[in-house]
Amino acid sequence: MKPDPETLPRFTASERVNHWLVAIVFFLLAFSGLAFFHPYFYPLNQLFGGGTWTRILHPFFGVALIFFFGGMFFRFRKLSKMTPADREWLKHARELAKGDERNLPEAGKLNGGQKLMFWSLVTCVALLVVSGLVIWRAYLSFLFPAGVVRFSAVVHAAAGVVMIGLIMGHIYLAIWTKESIKAMVGGRVRRAWAKQHHPAWYRELTGRDK
Amino acid sequence: MALQSLDITRRSATTTPSPGQRRTVEVAKLIDVSKCIGCKACQVACMEWNDTRDAVGHSHGVYDNPTDLTADSWTVMRYAEVETDRGLEWLIRKDGCMHCSEPGCLRACPAPGAVVQYSNGIVDFHEENCIGCGYCIAGCPFNIPRLSQKDSKAYKCTLCSDRVSAGLEPACAKTCPTGAIVFGSKEDMVHHAGERIADLKRRGFTKAGLYDPKGVDGTHVMYLLHHADRPEIYCGLPRDPSVGPMVDLWKGAAKPIASLGLALLWVGALVHYLTNGPNEVSKENEKEVGE
Repeated sequence: MKPDPETLPRFTASERVNHWLVAIVFFLLAFSGLAFFHPYFYPLNQLFGGGTWTRILHPFFGVALIFFFGGMFFRFRKLSKMTPADREWLKHARELAKGDERNLPEAGKLNGGQKLMFWSLVTCVALLVVSGLVIWRAYLSFLFPAGVVRFSAVVHAAAGVVMIGLIMGHIYLAIWTKESIKAMVGGRVRRAWAKQHHPAWYRELTGRDK
Repeated sequence: MALQSLDITRRSATTTPSPGQRRTVEVAKLIDVSKCIGCKACQVACMEWNDTRDAVGHSHGVYDNPTDLTADSWTVMRYAEVETDRGLEWLIRKDGCMHCSEPGCLRACPAPGAVVQYSNGIVDFHEENCIGCGYCIAGCPFNIPRLSQKDSKAYKCTLCSDRVSAGLEPACAKTCPTGAIVFGSKEDMVHHAGERIADLKRRGFTKAGLYDPKGVDGTHVMYLLHHADRPEIYCGLPRDPSVGPMVDLWKGAAKPIASLGLALLWVGALVHYLTNGPNEVSKENEKEVGE
């Protein structure tokens, strides 16, 4: 089937597959990790076959994330380079949230908010991976003194909360910005959508203002 | 420890009161280091009573055998040769769980009921609830719990909670041939230690004192040290152990607040959507692109 000429290609199939693999592993990590975060969430361990299974599996989910998120990092790091226009865009993000786009600088393929999200997630994942390896008692913790393990446990919990918060924001913005989920599912977006949300990218792709 | 206990004051990863209807007398084990001859009868008695058998290890050229605590060896004698103002001294410390009033292991444990504290002060692991994460090891200021290679559960001295609940003293105290290990109510043990300290001071140990560190709100295993001003010479006994600010951050108010924060994010998103509506493609853009 030929793609609809009225739509523009936004994400390739491999980018989409990679994104959703990260999403699945993120949910596995978030639910299994929350089980140890606070007793409120301990019952979540039942999703993974009990407390001991959750303890065994969580770090291996983390290893999977290293590969999948690593893939996303190398795919999107150049595209996510912050420019002065992106910083300007971020200054007007609050107005956008209220529905006022008059002063919003033109966004490229990714807007400033998406780039900020990317680098925030990269920071969180880096912190989670390093601290997670230190508190992986079955294989690695014996290499580190108790003080380092304690510090890593705090870093891991804090970075985990921030990451869950960021992903919640990411999901909300995808729902709020109508039709954007299509870009990550089918890979294509309508021309009008592209012009509305990513005008600079639209111009680059079509060579026209309209 | 399968028997039901009605004298639990605290339970790991539990936010509601534990079954604590029965109150018991606060107990303590006093280890009089000045009386210890390093015979290791306590190690043997511990393994006998708890029916654990450690693997036969290797000689490392020192008396410490095994060289460290393990999931099977819940107590080990640690030997230090130290130069003091009295010349060369051989300081022997029976290492094991201190049964802190403020137990770092219990604070750190994420598995409900895997660590409990009885009203008599004993801190006990309930291995059937243990998930093997090793957080207790990170939380302990004395480096005591050990994960078993066999079943990945954490083990440590129980202060013979099973014997104590039946009115007996711990196996190590029962067997100690010199009376270096005594057991009773904490009050009596502190009193007894006072008498021993006075005696030691008369004999020239002017710095003799009781090790009952306040940083963990006191312990239910106490040492009587002839050099109480320098606990670290006893094979690294910590001078001022405490659960510490990291564990407080990790296990304190931060997490409920963060959980609430995440919940508020949902509420905020809902309110934003309902007040501002979805972010849709504008009519002008639809028209312009459509042309």
